[in-house]
Amino acid sequence: MSHTEKKIANADQIRSLEEMFDAKIARDGKIEPKDWMPEKYRKTHIRQISQHAHSEIVGMLPEANWISRAPSLRRKVALLAKVQDEAGHGLYLYSACETLGISREELYEQLHSGKAKYSSIFNYPTLTWADMGAIGWLVDGAAIINQVPLCSTSFGPYARAMVRVCKEESFHQRQGYEIMMTLCNGTQEQKDMAQDALNRWWWPALMMLGPTDEQSTHTEQSMIWKLKRKTNDELRQQFIDQTVPQADIIGLNIPDSELKYNNETGHYDFGEIDWEEFWQVVKGHGMCNKERISARKKAWDNGEWVRDAAVAYAEKQAESQEAKQAV
Amino acid sequence: MTNENLIHYIHGIADNSMILGQRISELCGHGPTLETDIALTNIALDLLGQTRSYYQYVAELSPKDITEDDVAFLRKEREYKNVLLVEQPNTDFAYVIVRQYFFDVFHYLLLKELEKSKNVNFQAIAKKSLKEVSYHKRFSGDWLKRLGDGTDESKQKTQQAVNDLWVFTDELFHMTKDDQVVADAGFGVDNSTLKSEYYTMVKSLLKECKLQIPEVKYFQKGGKKGIHSEHMGYILSDMQFMQRTYPDMKW
Ligand SMILES: [Fe+2]
Ligand SMILES: [Fe+2]
Ligand SMILES: [Fe+2]
Repeated sequence: MSHTEKKIANADQIRSLEEMFDAKIARDGKIEPKDWMPEKYRKTHIRQISQHAHSEIVGMLPEANWISRAPSLRRKVALLAKVQDEAGHGLYLYSACETLGISREELYEQLHSGKAKYSSIFNYPTLTWADMGAIGWLVDGAAIINQVPLCSTSFGPYARAMVRVCKEESFHQRQGYEIMMTLCNGTQEQKDMAQDALNRWWWPALMMLGPTDEQSTHTEQSMIWKLKRKTNDELRQQFIDQTVPQADIIGLNIPDSELKYNNETGHYDFGEIDWEEFWQVVKGHGMCNKERISARKKAWDNGEWVRDAAVAYAEKQAESQEAKQAV
Repeated sequence: MTNENLIHYIHGIADNSMILGQRISELCGHGPTLETDIALTNIALDLLGQTRSYYQYVAELSPKDITEDDVAFLRKEREYKNVLLVEQPNTDFAYVIVRQYFFDVFHYLLLKELEKSKNVNFQAIAKKSLKEVSYHKRFSGDWLKRLGDGTDESKQKTQQAVNDLWVFTDELFHMTKDDQVVADAGFGVDNSTLKSEYYTMVKSLLKECKLQIPEVKYFQKGGKKGIHSEHMGYILSDMQFMQRTYPDMKW
């Protein structure tokens, strides 16, 4: 076979592999790390799963900010456990990502250099105790809406991680709502604190569902790979429809004067989102972008000698084990 | 033995768990790896869980109508009876591990005795906590080995932490008047009896880690009598912030 003939044969082979691959996904089969996959599939998944993992661990920071000041022992323990859950989510997701042939070090490097993104919501500051309620209720709430469809995504390790994660996120969401409810049943000062938190977190939570469908890129391919099953606007509507009645129950007002139930559509109409603010924060100019990344970098850099020591110790142990066996 | 003796005795044990739990939880999200973050958070959760059991018991014993949160958040600095060791700052990971190990060995020995208390509440809390603390001791001991016998840098940093924290170990075995009364009644533990086993265990691990055992003439004390280091005020101003700013509210 000539050189050109070989190339054609290879291209044919890849085409048939791709057809099998697409067909497997179409019939709801799972792609596993050892399976053949198109390079674009691998890259897209590394990008999305790592972005998700980074969001989990950067997301620990705004809530960790209140652990030392939690107002009761019960709340302190619950918050600590919640932040620990987020660390666990980060861990499963990094592991899922590593199966695609990238190391945790490389992934961290991408986060620290700003090459990889994480959810912009975590660049907003946590200013009062009520923010712990608002984050659980709204941020974990929006995360669930984003993530439940991923439980049946095509990449096996990601889908399985999402099943575990979603269970815990819905627990977080109830816990957050319960914090808000307690505040709303409390003194006027507590109610005001809850309302103030809702005012600050509502719009950023809506932005978590992503840019509008007109502005959103690469949605079509993501639909085929089941990384996306509904559009951003559909997810946002679902979040609003679900959350507004919950606010009503506890007597909080959604900070949107145009919010109104539409009898014809059966959905809430809502006001214009400030997309300028969205892009400002995405591009790195939110209130806490710099602090979050520098906190992560600091933890990683200060931990270097610890990780090195663990490696050196393990090597010494392995050596002395070998020496023993030799005798 | 009065209820007051008993309450003060419990403070002496529970405040250690409270303040160390508070200190460790400051690290959540900032550790050297996700795995150590998760493990240290577990330890903080255990310690705070134990704290709650003790403080709930204090609330029961108290003549006033109080809750665990009043005990945790509404005392003045002088009323906290934790040892100085647990309030020492998270200077670096070596300090965190050495502080933890120095405390864990003591805590383990204490609970083993407290399990034999004539008081059923102490028996139950000690039994449950002992399982948790055995794990803490293994975690901090394993890390001490890695750090002590890892790289030159880790060895030097760990030796520094050992040298600095060693002076706080002696106070673990001090007995207040209340401690003595409660121990004599068969409810509490005479900490001074734990001392020799403690130093045997700690010194043997330090040797295994190839770390020097500090030679110290003067030890630090005060926490058990409510006289704390300068760190304590800041720990409490964080911890009590909500209760002080918004008094008498439910959260
Ligand atoms: Fe999460
Ligand atoms: Fe998440
Ligand atoms: Fe969560």
